[in-house]
Amino acid sequence: MPEQLFQFLVTGITVGSTYALVGLGFALIYNASDVVNFAQGEFVMLGAMAAIALLGAGLPLPLAAILATLATVGVGLLLERFAIEPALGASVVTTIIITIGAAIFLRGIAMLLWGKDFHSLPPFTGDAPIQLGGATVLPQSLWVLGVTVALVVLVRLFFNRTLIGKALLACSFNRAAAQLVGINVRMMLRLAYGLSAGLGALAGILIAPITFSSYEAGVMLGLKGFSAAIVGGIGNPMGAVAGGLLLGVLESLGAGLVSSGYKDAIAFLFVLMVLFFEPTGLFGHKAAERV
Amino acid sequence: MPSESPAPAAEILLEVVGLSSYYGPVCAIQQADLHIRAGDLVAIVGGNGAGKTTLLHTLSGLHPASAGCIRFAGKDITRAATHRIVAAGICQVPEGRLVFAPLSVEDNLRLGAFRQRDQDWIRRQTQQVYALFPILAERRHQLAGTLSGGQQQMLAIGRALLGHPRLLLLDEPSMGLAPLLVEEIFRVIVELNSQGVTILLVEQNARAALRIAKRGYILETGRIVKTAPATELLADDAIRRAYLGY
Repeated sequence: MPEQLFQFLVTGITVGSTYALVGLGFALIYNASDVVNFAQGEFVMLGAMAAIALLGAGLPLPLAAILATLATVGVGLLLERFAIEPALGASVVTTIIITIGAAIFLRGIAMLLWGKDFHSLPPFTGDAPIQLGGATVLPQSLWVLGVTVALVVLVRLFFNRTLIGKALLACSFNRAAAQLVGINVRMMLRLAYGLSAGLGALAGILIAPITFSSYEAGVMLGLKGFSAAIVGGIGNPMGAVAGGLLLGVLESLGAGLVSSGYKDAIAFLFVLMVLFFEPTGLFGHKAAERV
Repeated sequence: MPSESPAPAAEILLEVVGLSSYYGPVCAIQQADLHIRAGDLVAIVGGNGAGKTTLLHTLSGLHPASAGCIRFAGKDITRAATHRIVAAGICQVPEGRLVFAPLSVEDNLRLGAFRQRDQDWIRRQTQQVYALFPILAERRHQLAGTLSGGQQQMLAIGRALLGHPRLLLLDEPSMGLAPLLVEEIFRVIVELNSQGVTILLVEQNARAALRIAKRGYILETGRIVKTAPATELLADDAIRRAYLGY
């Protein structure tokens, strides 16, 4: 039984890492513009599907992964430029609805390009399982974990150490004040969309060898990432990461101990409970503000 | 480049001609004309809702002008984006301070210099701000949101100074502050002006503003109804009754 629990934990952390990356993308855009970008899951799907397609076209895997990520960043930038920017100054709700429309649009394009079939990416470094204290760990899980840790550290450094990162935060704290110190808010918005598209794409590529991908894969991953961001306190990047891991582990435990049919239900029930008892999320800002 | 000497007939730094600005159907600024010479300290006074903040927001490009023209240092900036106006040298201390509450004092100041590239200058200017407001130096690692109202006002002024202003716009710097703090803030404004910073001060506290200003404008429901040297406005009976309350 303990070995089994450990196995669930490993699986949960692997899947949770993906949620964490998607949640991080949500937090980035939310920080820059107070908008929840519901096309975030589509970035994940696009990353995975583009990598699969490029690999199928004969490119080596690392190159396919890099190009797919860059292409998704491009899609994120285009989305910002042609769907979000024209609505600058519209209400947050309007912008959120635009992102939902964009998600449906991107899903449609993906279906036309790649059909409705499930596709898969080969593992980065073989699929010989590694025995680890009674649990079986796929090499791909280590990839997911390693890259997630690296990305989370980079995002943290970006916000805490760089002027651009702080400027992005400044836009979320007070847009007018950010403009008045000379920050180009549009540029920051583009940066946020580009970065979250990149994070999403990487998450998709990392997880594609473990779970299959299809044009619809972004829906559930997007919702899970959104849940991760909410659980962690929306707008708190490190909270989103913690939320994602928590969600992944709970899901995996639920699937293993109760029934895999309830996997998603357990995750969303958990989100509801968190919102019920701690509406600002588990790690939400306890605002230190004086008026 | 900033002209440090307030010569008697210095160049006109800011010139506003026939400026109008709307909030939906409401005309918040009507046909406003004003000018500020380099080195000047000009006050715009007026009651609540007279359009003072809208005027400053229009100057900074936060609010669009619907008619008229704003020229700064000879360039038309009427439709320029806010970050370009800041880069050109118009820095605003907004109403209600609007410091970045979850960031440290130091980070707030550093963000004030977002458009400055000269690291040496940024370091020196930061030290000058700390010399001007020693309390900020003491609390440099504290989150801006935990400062008192007066300290936040100082931080907001310091942040604007790090933008290398040729023209400093101050929106209601006395709002919500105790009289002693108001005095302190106004003393600093005079000091900055004597160091050569051109200042446009917008205030509801008309008496305090006109006492330190060289020239004043009276704004009433979106119109500039009078302009004169500040001493003259302070002595004007009608203005005294309407704005100074004695």
